[in-house]
Amino acid sequence: MKRLIGIASWFFPSLTGLCCLLILAMVVIILGDIALHGVQRLSWEFVTAEPRVGMTEGGIFPAIFGTVLLVILMTIAVVPLGVATAIYLHEYARQQSKIVHLVRLALQNLAGVPSIVFGLFGLGFFVAFLGSGIDAVVFGGRLTYAQPCVLWASLTLAVLTLPTVVVATEEALRAVPRNYREAAYAMGATRWQVVRRVVLPQSVGGMLTGAILAISRGAGEVAPIMFTGAAYYLPYLPKKLNDQFMELGYHIYVMTTQSPDVEATKPILYSTVLVLLLVTFALNFTAIIIRSRIRRKLRST
Amino acid sequence: MSTSVAVSVRPDPKIRVQRVNIWYGAFHALKDVTFDIPSRSITAMIGPSGCGKTSLLRCLNRMNDGIRGFRIEGEILLDGCSTLGGRDLTKLRKRVGLVFQRPNPFPLSVFENVAYGPRVHGEWSRSRLGEIVEPALCATALWDELKDRLEENALALSPEQQQRLCISRLLAVQPEVLLMDEPCSALDPVATARIEELMQELKQSYTIVIVTHNMQQASRASDYTGFMWLGELVELDATTTIFTRPAQKQTEGYVTGRFG
Repeated sequence: MKRLIGIASWFFPSLTGLCCLLILAMVVIILGDIALHGVQRLSWEFVTAEPRVGMTEGGIFPAIFGTVLLVILMTIAVVPLGVATAIYLHEYARQQSKIVHLVRLALQNLAGVPSIVFGLFGLGFFVAFLGSGIDAVVFGGRLTYAQPCVLWASLTLAVLTLPTVVVATEEALRAVPRNYREAAYAMGATRWQVVRRVVLPQSVGGMLTGAILAISRGAGEVAPIMFTGAAYYLPYLPKKLNDQFMELGYHIYVMTTQSPDVEATKPILYSTVLVLLLVTFALNFTAIIIRSRIRRKLRST
Repeated sequence: MSTSVAVSVRPDPKIRVQRVNIWYGAFHALKDVTFDIPSRSITAMIGPSGCGKTSLLRCLNRMNDGIRGFRIEGEILLDGCSTLGGRDLTKLRKRVGLVFQRPNPFPLSVFENVAYGPRVHGEWSRSRLGEIVEPALCATALWDELKDRLEENALALSPEQQQRLCISRLLAVQPEVLLMDEPCSALDPVATARIEELMQELKQSYTIVIVTHNMQQASRASDYTGFMWLGELVELDATTTIFTRPAQKQTEGYVTGRFG
């Protein structure tokens, strides 16, 4: 018995340590491979020029531009909606009510839906239904919004990332100590005043964490935008909400599977993947900086 | 022997609690409690943990209302008007403020903490807020200590300063009644003494109800003391009477430390 405990006391720590090493190794191998191969073709021209010669030459600027635009639009859509939902669920709704239960259930299920299904949903709901509706009512039937475009793609991504934002925001709201709320209520503050002046300032950091997670998730998704707005190749940048756009993830997919000469695109492919990682990182980093700014501002006042 | 004793009417009752029963779900937390709280005096509630004294205190400004399964019967009158009907808790809580067991300043500056209440009640002018903040801090003797640190975060203050800040924060909405839920339990003896001193000054203009675990505190700092036991108000009388010749055996047992 004693020997068994002895064995267990070194076996389990080693096992868990090994698992950690394994994960570390995988990350290092993946990133190392991408960085090594990707850095060869990386140049100023590569990030500022358009693709040429069947995507074997030139750069990927339209895809970078499209990705950033897509993610920004998605963030603008998902953060207010998600935060408002979380505030209602956590601060206003009666916790044991059927509706709240249903909304929570829906959110959990939403988080489990495969991303390709979001793509089809976007095509069916945003493009075919909403787009056609807008065209019929506003544009007299002229084809304007009933087509895949950056607006619908970003809204589809917003739906995909909604659970992330709601859950993170609720977590942040839950973390606001009860005695702050009670102190405010005990002075006769209304519910909205408590939310506005006590709860929100306290939880804004957590909300932005939700936004950051949503950005990470959204920037890497390809399936939801395949049918809803991403283009194989465009000779122009998107200028209106109903323009199509190129996107890094989709560009990678296209180059690996749809290009006339897959072998020839390989060096570019590596660099594109590297750029995708860097862009995602940059978007995240921006959000993190905004968050720390806001936190500092709140702390000082 | 465990029938609650209705305490004789004293002059000028600020709050009258009449046959109040409360339940949390099936738990009967207050049983037929009746007493008067005289104006501009300090009434202390003592009793062992779980006897209902905090529940009683929280009924006075309806802080229990949000709790699931909470139910109340009976009547609580403030200046002769019922406080239990009506949905406007804002007005009631403006008149009857609560100081919590643990100091709970907002993580804002000292100034913003005190200005929070007036802001909530619609005062936005910075200069007029300043006119409210200064006397509120003076009333708790914080002004001299903190007048140069108004922009500092309140969480950086000592616990005692925080608790006095919480009282200032309450005074800034100009309440009539101060409820204090063991306001000194997180403080050391010196800080406790200063809060008690402060209470003596505040009772010149406010009606104070304090819940305390500490019998010495009740005997030192209050004018009237009520002893609660298992949800009932066993006895309430002038503090000297309660601590020297209480009418009830149970009270005597508790204040002399034989049980509880």
